[in-house]
Amino acid sequence: MEAILAQAKKVAEEAEVFTVLAEETQVRFEANRLKHVQSRQTGRTALRIVKEGKMGYATTTEPGKVRALVDAAVETAQFGMEAKFKFPSSGSYPAVEVFDPDTEAAAAEEMVGLGEELMATVTGHTPDIVCEAGVSKGAMLVRIINSCGGQAEYHKSIFALDIEGSLIRDTDMLFVGDSQSSCHPLRNSGEVAESVLRQLELARDQARVPSGSLPVIFTPRGVAGALIPSLIAGFSGKTVIEGASPLAKNLGRRVFDNRLCLWDDATIAYQIASRPCDDEGVSSQRTLLIDRGVVANFFYDLQTAALAGTRSTGNASRHRGLPAPAPSAFVIDPGDTAFEQMVRDMKEGLVIEQLMGAEQGNILGGDFSGNVLLGYKVENGQIVGRVKDTMVSGNVYQALKQVIAIGSESRLVDGFVRAPHLYCASLAVAAR
Amino acid sequence: MKEIEATGRQLAETIKRYHADYIEARLEQSQATHITYRRRELESVDRTNAVGGNIRALVKGGWGFASFNSFDDLPARIEIAIKQARLVSGPEIKLAPVEPVVDTVPEDAAKNPAAIPLAEKKRLLDEYNDAIWRTPRIQTSLINYGDSRKKVIFLSSSGSYIAQERADIMLRLTAVATDGDDVQQAGLSLGSRGDFTAVQGLHRRVEETARRATELLSTPHLKSGEYTVVLDPVLAGVFAHEAFGHLSESDFVYENQRMREIMTLGRRFGSHQLNIVDGAIVPGLRGSYKYDDEGVPATKTYLIREGKLVGRLHSRETAARMNESLTGNARAIDYRFPPIVRMTNTYIEPGAVSFDDMLSEIKEGVYVRNWYGGTTSMEMFTFSAGEAFMIRNGKVGEQLRPVVLTGNVFTTLDNIDAIGNDLDMNQGGGCGKAGQMPLPVSDGSPHIRIRHCLVGGR
Repeated sequence: MEAILAQAKKVAEEAEVFTVLAEETQVRFEANRLKHVQSRQTGRTALRIVKEGKMGYATTTEPGKVRALVDAAVETAQFGMEAKFKFPSSGSYPAVEVFDPDTEAAAAEEMVGLGEELMATVTGHTPDIVCEAGVSKGAMLVRIINSCGGQAEYHKSIFALDIEGSLIRDTDMLFVGDSQSSCHPLRNSGEVAESVLRQLELARDQARVPSGSLPVIFTPRGVAGALIPSLIAGFSGKTVIEGASPLAKNLGRRVFDNRLCLWDDATIAYQIASRPCDDEGVSSQRTLLIDRGVVANFFYDLQTAALAGTRSTGNASRHRGLPAPAPSAFVIDPGDTAFEQMVRDMKEGLVIEQLMGAEQGNILGGDFSGNVLLGYKVENGQIVGRVKDTMVSGNVYQALKQVIAIGSESRLVDGFVRAPHLYCASLAVAAR
Repeated sequence: MKEIEATGRQLAETIKRYHADYIEARLEQSQATHITYRRRELESVDRTNAVGGNIRALVKGGWGFASFNSFDDLPARIEIAIKQARLVSGPEIKLAPVEPVVDTVPEDAAKNPAAIPLAEKKRLLDEYNDAIWRTPRIQTSLINYGDSRKKVIFLSSSGSYIAQERADIMLRLTAVATDGDDVQQAGLSLGSRGDFTAVQGLHRRVEETARRATELLSTPHLKSGEYTVVLDPVLAGVFAHEAFGHLSESDFVYENQRMREIMTLGRRFGSHQLNIVDGAIVPGLRGSYKYDDEGVPATKTYLIREGKLVGRLHSRETAARMNESLTGNARAIDYRFPPIVRMTNTYIEPGAVSFDDMLSEIKEGVYVRNWYGGTTSMEMFTFSAGEAFMIRNGKVGEQLRPVVLTGNVFTTLDNIDAIGNDLDMNQGGGCGKAGQMPLPVSDGSPHIRIRHCLVGGR
């Protein structure tokens, strides 16, 4: 890394080298039994330079080929965007716990045991269910150095468990599933199993839904799948500086229900989205995005923050190439209403766990529309069964203005969203 | 590209020393360029060089798989893969037999996007961006261009040694228009098998796309409900891919007794006019190749013929398990993943109905064009249209906001009551499955008409 930085400094004003080394192991179950064991070793190095004020970028899996990497970055810098920022110089980082040596030490046999335990609980409840499941562990080392003297380095461990079961009766297919992740090794599968069994219980019967406007309760998974994609687009510093976000002109204005609070938080201990610094070496923080319904802030990396005349919120991600603003973990504060209470309050409506296709529409405008892959009908305060062949459509910005209640318990979904249940007043439902 | 060849030849010898029921390796070397534009200027340009590989081993009932970037100590990687495979106990896995192949499949020298200077790519994209920004009320634009060229060496303990090269180009443009709080977007997606000319000369289409985004600002929402819909070839191709293609992937079926019962060959899914095909052997498309990632020669497979299920897509394992012929559909997006059953070029064969005749019988319906995306749960699927228009009394009427369509594969295919005579292939898509995304595929269809389709508006 140091050799790359030294070489780059000879040809460019500023330079930054980012490396990530990772080892992962996954045991994979197919059709209720263990089928694959996989391991993955990866090593990637990225060089970003600022030459004549413009950014150049190149990545490689062969860090030993310094000259080729520097040349590629120089070639791209001729056409690159003007760099509006300075790389962060050396500083101290918050202590964010994201590494547990026990995760690395977890044996493949233990992981197999965990998966088998989960499979046994689920098939014990519903013998004709066919499940796919995975247990994975991984460890990564991230290092960043730059020509301003900035240096960052951290280890992260990841452990994850996921399951998807399909229950087929004639041509009717029911899909259930859940996942759990942590930087600690998971020692039992109870939480995931319980969630899957609850889904199977609630989906036992089928119920019919009328077309029209209905109140909808989104479960934490429903919130993550249907509502969060639009909020990510809306709060991204990138869409905001372009004026493409519907929220861009609403900073400081109340546009959501006045009980709603949303954070971006990269500092929660042992959560897989956490980290001491972002992918540009900027310290991690908690950023309040929605403060009691008011648009409080947006999330930025160095470049978009400079363009917006503000400071980076530590949200640079190298998910695809050059760093760009991306959420670390979105957290919606819990409210005061238990899920059971929401259901009891409902005369006729839906509970949505999974809305298939919701992320495919005009996300930027907040529109969503999807087929209820897993959801339940509520009649007179009781869940009466699963709904099918039903489409639910709405707009995130309208739906989150007319919130009837916010759930009192929040749940981590896919490691990147922590949300309570959200009870929305009215969405368009089309059923056959 | 010489290095992986030397490693490959050595590895072919090394694996002979290890005991497993079957061992294969893939070594890959790739170069890629990505350029993105946001608003009026180029936002990022980057170049990627990657070298990596994997070892996959089968021992009795289990697969072990180890992927790596570092070529140091490959014997250790072979040992890891074998050890992992031994962890799995279960009924023995059989692989459908395939003749060992020794072959080299070079890419056409003319199709090397890596050889085109960055300056030339930038000039073209500048022109497209200018075309977008000439349109009034455009708030922002996004252009994603990517090209890659890679060489993959596949070798196996059965004696296969195949070196294949392929090039790929993707271009996606999105124009976003705003008006007060309202935000609308329109997109154009294209791709090719490394042929740069396929993304040249699109200035007029880019301008049309930008104009469409602004026009959408003043269009009404459709009322959600059931409609007769007519799909253009692009969207009907996505429909064929989502609604039926995924269900034809045997890895969803082969170990699931109930799925096997549902997907019995001979089952009727649609009318006699309906034929759906998948095939990598169809040349020159983004899903085309000579051998799949298990070294199996590509084929062309009828999935539905005259409305009946007649075939499905296989890997060596699923073909053996279901006692059906190999189709050459085991694909991996890159060396980090094992091959799984995937589509290649999937399309509905053309029929005889003209577009005008298709419309003429519709009193009130929806004409949908262009795509945002699509997804499936096997039984149910959704796909979203970039453009929607009312059909009134046999004529295309006013434009609507984009809509999402959904259906149930067991009823929707049977509701296709007209198949057009104008097959067109869409090369602008990428397919995702099991974390492997976006895999280059193409799909296509003529115009089709579907009765009783659930459409989500507002």
